[in-house]
Amino acid sequence: MAGLTGRMSTVVKAKVSKLLDRAEDPAETLDYSYQKQVEQLQNVKKGIADVVTAKKRLQMQEATLKQSVVKLDTQARQALSSGNEELARTALERKNVAQTELQGLDTQVSELEEQQQKLTDSEQKLRAKIEAFRTKKEVIKAQYSAAEAQVRISEAATGVGEQMADVGLAMQRAVDKTENMKARADAVSELEAAGTFDDITALGSGEDDIDRQLKSLSSQSAVDDDLSKMKAELGQGAPAAAGEIAAPSGASSGGDGAGAGDGQPAEGGQ
Amino acid sequence: MIVRISGEDQYRLDDSAAARLNELENAVAAIVDGGSEDGFSDAYAALLDFVRSQGQTVGDEEIESSDVILPPSDLTFAEAGREFTGEGLIPD
Repeated sequence: MAGLTGRMSTVVKAKVSKLLDRAEDPAETLDYSYQKQVEQLQNVKKGIADVVTAKKRLQMQEATLKQSVVKLDTQARQALSSGNEELARTALERKNVAQTELQGLDTQVSELEEQQQKLTDSEQKLRAKIEAFRTKKEVIKAQYSAAEAQVRISEAATGVGEQMADVGLAMQRAVDKTENMKARADAVSELEAAGTFDDITALGSGEDDIDRQLKSLSSQSAVDDDLSKMKAELGQGAPAAAGEIAAPSGASSGGDGAGAGDGQPAEGGQ
Repeated sequence: MIVRISGEDQYRLDDSAAARLNELENAVAAIVDGGSEDGFSDAYAALLDFVRSQGQTVGDEEIESSDVILPPSDLTFAEAGREFTGEGLIPD
């Protein structure tokens, strides 16, 4: 079979036979192969631990971001009810950035969850094969002549070797995916370090550098929506604004509805 | 014939399934050769589903090597291309 399957099968077989070529005497092949299998099992365990660590880091960031979303929302509400619309807007911009990051983290945590499950399954399969190999190796040692043993050892070692190669591939894919996720985790850390999700009331009246950057990061239409919703809840919105809020579905993803609502907060603010 | 789906299981398939397996693989190969991703994931999923539905899982305690090894189910279009050009999924 050519193409996909052929290539993959050839590479795995080559890897396995390279492994077996190391030893010439049957007993040595058995022991060498078994030793490699046990090492591989340790590697898988380490691989799983790495994925779990990466997942925990993302989950901790998620927890922090969730708190920030609640806090910034509360602060926006407080700012608005005390008539400081500018501060409310800043808080909502930060909340919007936090929410966007939160969604990204959520997807990545589920992906890591999936990788962890895959590796755990792979580890169990490999463990079962190694156990079967261990039993078989004793039978081979006890019952067969050297020539016959060589054939049977080769069969068994090839079978387990294939499983090892497969686990190796699964681990490599998990590591690649985990690496990709580090970029987002780092980005969130940077935002945190810059004070993006800090207490908004600690801000002065002026717009600082973080605010200018956040404005470009956050979705202004979502911020406008949030602001007019909040105004309506606090009874500050003009009657027309309340009408718009009654049908928010159109404004949530498309930009059309938000554009129409742009003028509302400024005019009906006080 | 024993077919492994990488990252999943080994399946024992009747030799008569080989012709259909070849057809399904050629369909994937044609898409990869064509260079357009359209239909790739469906075609690859069809190949794997055929193996899963027609084959019987080889038990964990059985030690068998596979006649055919299929790349994992999350194979991307780009990775499939590399498989064909010889770079492969498994590093040396």
